[in-house]
Amino acid sequence: MADFLIFTAGLPEWLAWSVTAGVAAFLVLNVIAGGALVFIWAERKIAARIQDRLGPTRTGGRFGWLQSLADGIKLLAKEDLMPAGADGMLFKLAPYVSFCASFCAFIALPFAFDFVGQRLNVGVFFVVAVLGLEVFGVILAGYASASKWSLFGAMREAAQVVSYEVPLGMCVVVPVMLAGSMDLVTIAEKQSGWLTNWYLFHDPFTFVIFWVYVTCAVASVNRAPFDLAEAESELVAGFHTEYSGLRWSFFFMAEYGSMFLVSALAAILFLGGWNGPIPLAALLGFSAGTGDTANYWVRLVGCGNLMGKATLGVLVMMWVRWTLPRLRIDQVMTTCLKYCTPIAALMFAGVMFWQLLLPGGLIRGLARPAGEIREGWLEGPGGRAATLRPLPLAAPAAPAPTPAQPLVSKPSLSWVQP
Amino acid sequence: MMESPTLPVFVAAINWHSLLFYLFASAACGFAVAVVLTENVVRMAFYLVLSLGATAGLFFLAGADFVGAMQLMIYVGGTLVLLVFGVMLTAQAPLVSIRTSPADKVLGGLVAASLLAVLLQSAFSVEAWRRPAVGDVGTPSATPLGMALLGVRVDADPTTETTALPAGQRPVSATQAAALNPSTRSGYLLPFEIVSVHLLVVLVGAAYLARAKRRRTPRSTETAGLDAGGGP
Repeated sequence: MADFLIFTAGLPEWLAWSVTAGVAAFLVLNVIAGGALVFIWAERKIAARIQDRLGPTRTGGRFGWLQSLADGIKLLAKEDLMPAGADGMLFKLAPYVSFCASFCAFIALPFAFDFVGQRLNVGVFFVVAVLGLEVFGVILAGYASASKWSLFGAMREAAQVVSYEVPLGMCVVVPVMLAGSMDLVTIAEKQSGWLTNWYLFHDPFTFVIFWVYVTCAVASVNRAPFDLAEAESELVAGFHTEYSGLRWSFFFMAEYGSMFLVSALAAILFLGGWNGPIPLAALLGFSAGTGDTANYWVRLVGCGNLMGKATLGVLVMMWVRWTLPRLRIDQVMTTCLKYCTPIAALMFAGVMFWQLLLPGGLIRGLARPAGEIREGWLEGPGGRAATLRPLPLAAPAAPAPTPAQPLVSKPSLSWVQP
Repeated sequence: MMESPTLPVFVAAINWHSLLFYLFASAACGFAVAVVLTENVVRMAFYLVLSLGATAGLFFLAGADFVGAMQLMIYVGGTLVLLVFGVMLTAQAPLVSIRTSPADKVLGGLVAASLLAVLLQSAFSVEAWRRPAVGDVGTPSATPLGMALLGVRVDADPTTETTALPAGQRPVSATQAAALNPSTRSGYLLPFEIVSVHLLVVLVGAAYLARAKRRRTPRSTETAGLDAGGGP
C-alpha cells in the first residue's frame, strides 16, 4: 500500500508510510473494539440461553443488538474512581498496559496471505511473547489498587502464568516443527488445499495437542474455568475490583482482543488459517498473480475465513465458560503442569517421530540422507519452493532427488504458488 | 499554500527511522534512569519493563526480529518474576521503599561511570560504527541461526565450497570430506540440548531440595474440603 501511495498517488514517502501505518492500526483497533462490542453482546445472549434466560431483549430492537453500545455509553459517563491508598500512576497505567500488549500482538497476525501488519520471520514467537506481557497489566492493577481482593487476584494470576506458559509454548512449537518455519504466513500456506491438509488432521498427535493448546489458551486469557484472577464469586471482581468506567472497559477490550487473538492463532496453527475446508480458489482456477482484482477478492474471502474460524473459537470459549465450574488454584496448576505439560511433551515427541519416519518416510525419507533434507530447508523463505539441489559430493549413488517438498506430506492445491 | 515555504521542506525531511530511533532510545535511557531514581520496588520493576521494551523496539527497528522477540520473551517476561517478588515484599510496610545509603550511591556511581567510559571508548573506537550504515542490508532472519544448530553453516559460503574443489577432484583428507558433506556435520544441537537438559535437572533438583518438608495431609481431609465447598 505504501508503494501504491508513493508511486501512484504521488505522496511523499514519509506521508505515505504514516498513512499506511495509520490505516493498518485503525483496522486492527476496530477489529478489537468492534469485536469486543459484538462478543460482549454474544456472550450475554449465550450465557442467558445456557442458563435458560433470555438475556438482553429490549435495547435496539428485538434481540438487544445495541446492548453493548448502551453499555459503552454508560461506561463513558461513569465516574473514574481511585481508592485513597492506591499507587496512582500504576493504577492509571495498568489498563493501558494490558490493552497495549493485546493490541501489539495483532501487528504480526496475518489475516490473509498478505493482509498482515508486519510480516515477521518469527511471527509465532513474537505473538506468544507479546501476549505474555498482558499479565503485567493484571498484576500491576492488582498491586496498585491497594485492596486485598485485587492483590489476591494478582497473585493467583502470577501462579497461573507459570503453569500455563510451559505447555502453551510446547503446543505452539509443533506446527512450527511441521511447517519448518516460525512465519505465520508460511505455516498457514502449508496447510492450503483440502481439509485434510490442516495440521489438526496431520496425525493423531497433532489432533491431541490441539486440545492441549485450547486448554492452555483458555487459561492464558483468564477465562472460566481458569478465571481465578477475577473469580467474581470469591474475590468480588479480582484484580479489577477497584476499577470503574473507561479504565475498566480497557481490561475487557484487552480480554476480548486476546480471546480473538488466541483463537486466530489456533486457526492459523492448526485449522488451516485463511484456507477454507475446500480449496475453492484453486478449483476455480485462480492462481497467485500480483495483486489483480480477482486475487484481491480471493484474499478478502480468506480474511473472512480466518475471522470466521477465530469467531467460532471465541464462541467455544464462551460455551466453555458458562458450562464448566471454576477450578481452584491448585487444580489449575495440576491441570497445566501435571497433565498438560507431559501430554504436550509426549505428543511433541510423537509428532517428531511421525514426521521423521512416516510421511512418505519409509519410502522417500530413508532413501535420502538427512543432510539433503536439511539443505532443502534452506532454499527459499517459505520452504514451499524448496527443491533439492544436487549436492556436489554427498552420496552420488542416491536416486535423483525429486522436486517434492521434503516437509509436506500431501500434494497441495494452492492458489498462491502457481 | 501561501504560507512560509520552509515548512513543507522541514516536514518533508521527517525520517521515520531516525525519529523512531530517537523515540525508543530516549525511552530506554529515560526509564533506565527512572529505575535508579525511584524508591518503590514495584515501580522500579515497571520502569525496567518499559526500558527493556523500548530496547526491544530498537531491535525491531534495526530489523532484528528474532532478537527483539527474544528480548520481549526473556528480559521483559523475566522481569515479571521481579515484579511478583516486589509485590510480595511490599505487602509489608517496612519494605515499601528502598533507601540507598550515600556510600552505596558513590560506589554504584563509580562502577557505572567506569563501565560507561569503557563502553563509550570501545563504541567509538570501531571504525565501522562511526557513521550509520547506508543501504539495504537485507532482511535478517533467524533461519541461519537454527540451521547452524543443525550443523548447516550458512556463514560458510556454499559457492566457495563447491568451487574449492574442481570437478572430479577427490577430497584430500577424510576431515575435508566430512566438512564438505552436510550429512556428517554435527552442529551444535547436541551440546545445546545437553546444556538445556542439564539446566532443567538442576532446576528440578533445586526445587526438590528447597521444598519445605511437610507432613503429608491425609487424603480424606482433601476430599472432605472439596465436598464442603460445594458452592460456586
